[in-house]
Amino acid sequence: MSRIKGVFAALKGQRAALIPFIAGGDPGLTATVPVMHALVRAGADLIEVGMPFSDPMADGPAIQRAHQRALAAGATTRAVIDQVAAFRHDDSRTPVILMGYVNPVETMGYEAFAHACQAAGVDGVILVDMPPEEAAEWRDCAARAGIDTIFLLSPTTPAERLASISAASTGFLYYVALKGVTGASHLNVADVAARLAVVRALSAWPVGVGFGIRDPHSAAEVGRFADAVIVGSAIVERMAAKKTMNEMLADVEGFVRDLRAALPAHASRMSP
Amino acid sequence: MSYEQPDARGHFGPYGGRFVAETLMGPLADLERAYAQARIDPVFQAELAADFRDYVGRPSPLYLAERLTADAGGARIYLKREDLNHTGAHKVNNTIGQALLAKRMGKKRLIAETGAGQHGVATATVAARLGLACVVYMGAEDIARQAPNVRRMRLLGAEVVSVTLGSRTLKDAMNEAMRDWATTVDETFYVIGTVSGPHPYPAMVRDFQAVIGEEARRQFLEREGRLPEALVACVGGGSNAMGLFYAFLGDPGVDLYGVEAAGKGLASGLHAAPLTAASGRGVLHGARSYLMFDADGQIRDTHSISAGLDYPGVGPEHAWLKDIGRARYVAVDDKMALAAFHRLTRLEGILPALESSHALAYAHDLAARLGREAALIVNLSGRGDKDVESVAAYEEAQTCRA
Repeated sequence: MSRIKGVFAALKGQRAALIPFIAGGDPGLTATVPVMHALVRAGADLIEVGMPFSDPMADGPAIQRAHQRALAAGATTRAVIDQVAAFRHDDSRTPVILMGYVNPVETMGYEAFAHACQAAGVDGVILVDMPPEEAAEWRDCAARAGIDTIFLLSPTTPAERLASISAASTGFLYYVALKGVTGASHLNVADVAARLAVVRALSAWPVGVGFGIRDPHSAAEVGRFADAVIVGSAIVERMAAKKTMNEMLADVEGFVRDLRAALPAHASRMSP
Repeated sequence: MSYEQPDARGHFGPYGGRFVAETLMGPLADLERAYAQARIDPVFQAELAADFRDYVGRPSPLYLAERLTADAGGARIYLKREDLNHTGAHKVNNTIGQALLAKRMGKKRLIAETGAGQHGVATATVAARLGLACVVYMGAEDIARQAPNVRRMRLLGAEVVSVTLGSRTLKDAMNEAMRDWATTVDETFYVIGTVSGPHPYPAMVRDFQAVIGEEARRQFLEREGRLPEALVACVGGGSNAMGLFYAFLGDPGVDLYGVEAAGKGLASGLHAAPLTAASGRGVLHGARSYLMFDADGQIRDTHSISAGLDYPGVGPEHAWLKDIGRARYVAVDDKMALAAFHRLTRLEGILPALESSHALAYAHDLAARLGREAALIVNLSGRGDKDVESVAAYEEAQTCRA
């Protein structure tokens, strides 16, 4: 069983998984591995690591700046994959998902990228600007390397696309909770709950919810019905606000611990 | 020659497509449907034709530049006078088309990205006329170098948002416009200004701009009783070039030249010529095309004296036309463009946009090569009033250095 499957299976009927996001190489390459371990100590169930991109069109200012800091510090796609490999020396259990944009991955080549991910112990990949319609070749390469391809759903996804996105996905589905970019603050929890019910009727995959979850309160609300709660900008902003590595690690660990503590128990749900 | 591009999913050969975040996939499908209906709707087409005639002032003249021809000493140089359009450039052909579509779709708000500001002005103009709200995203660097257009947009009631992240030019303005659109999709229509972006934009913008080539072909036939040897147009994203070329794609005797910005020279790396420099093929702003990026796939900063050409990518149909050999792509540097700017101004009394000056520079050399029996058409895509200040500043800086 893959690490991602294992985590969702173990938490089924218990609570939502917590997936914190950090931008790989932010604020410098040496920060990434210690931060990942801090996230695990704080109770992260999976970790999402952003691959730096010069033009992150789906991201709000917090993650845009994080990508810029990472690039300025010399981060590359390859360097971020290497950080995951270094993380795996001490953690063989926590699933790691890379999130990024198509162009750096295409530049490396789908096949080479998938192999590098496999060798480093990456479990899944999200390419924000690659919908399933354009992803046939990438999905083949990822499947051969045993890398899950996680696709996004959004409030604007027409019902007829839900099934085809589900069919292209492995591992879990990522539901973008609002119309907008990462770090937005106009989350409507009732809308998300209603949409998730529709998604569940059409897909057996666990569903993670991200965008707009900024604090323990919103994590708790979404955590009542989601299979995973994804928090990115709020963590990245806190990291940017701290001056020393130790301050940053302590602050991130404390914040993620609070997020995790806020996640409510799930009423046991029948399997779909 | 049979030419049916793009395919049903917006691909021009391996280029184009729809590489966007999921939030935009549904709205793009809606736009594609709405445009497909409008395209075959005689009412929409009649409305567009009436606006072209009465509001834009079409057809734009095809002008034989006799003194420029004599100066080049070769082929007769005709100018397709898109600079005489309302708002001073070809951009308005497209913004009128998209704004009429926005109205049909019940959208209340237009957004746009702009580099030189011509597309921003053209969008603000149609927004004012149709009573729609308008927000224009513009890189902070471009706001500084195209101040007259910023003032025009504000007079027209548009909000001009300065984009300060990234390289602070056209590409960053487009990122920001896409972020706005993802947030406000229900009420907003994103008016993309060039033949780039996700499907259906490259085909739709081409179709709205195709009037340039349709007129030019007819006008030239009336004038000379035959077709020209060559067409020349500048290429940033490539909408004025696509607009001129499209009606001639099936005329194998007509050579097509797209002129990119060589900036400070192709060898310097400080340019905006992804086709000519044969940079890699990559994905940006929703489409696969030729693109300037580094070994890690990060988009490279570009340079051109002309804000409207200062963009690392190019429309996917140009990539396809390059690969199949139907069009040729060349590059002209800042200095040659500036010389062409002055030459047309002094010889013909026409102040061209710095963007169009790139096409004029290449056409001057090409005319000499083709010889006196030949004729060519240059797309004079915009007027240069907006560039008067930045040309003066550039030349002052050159003088101080010398």
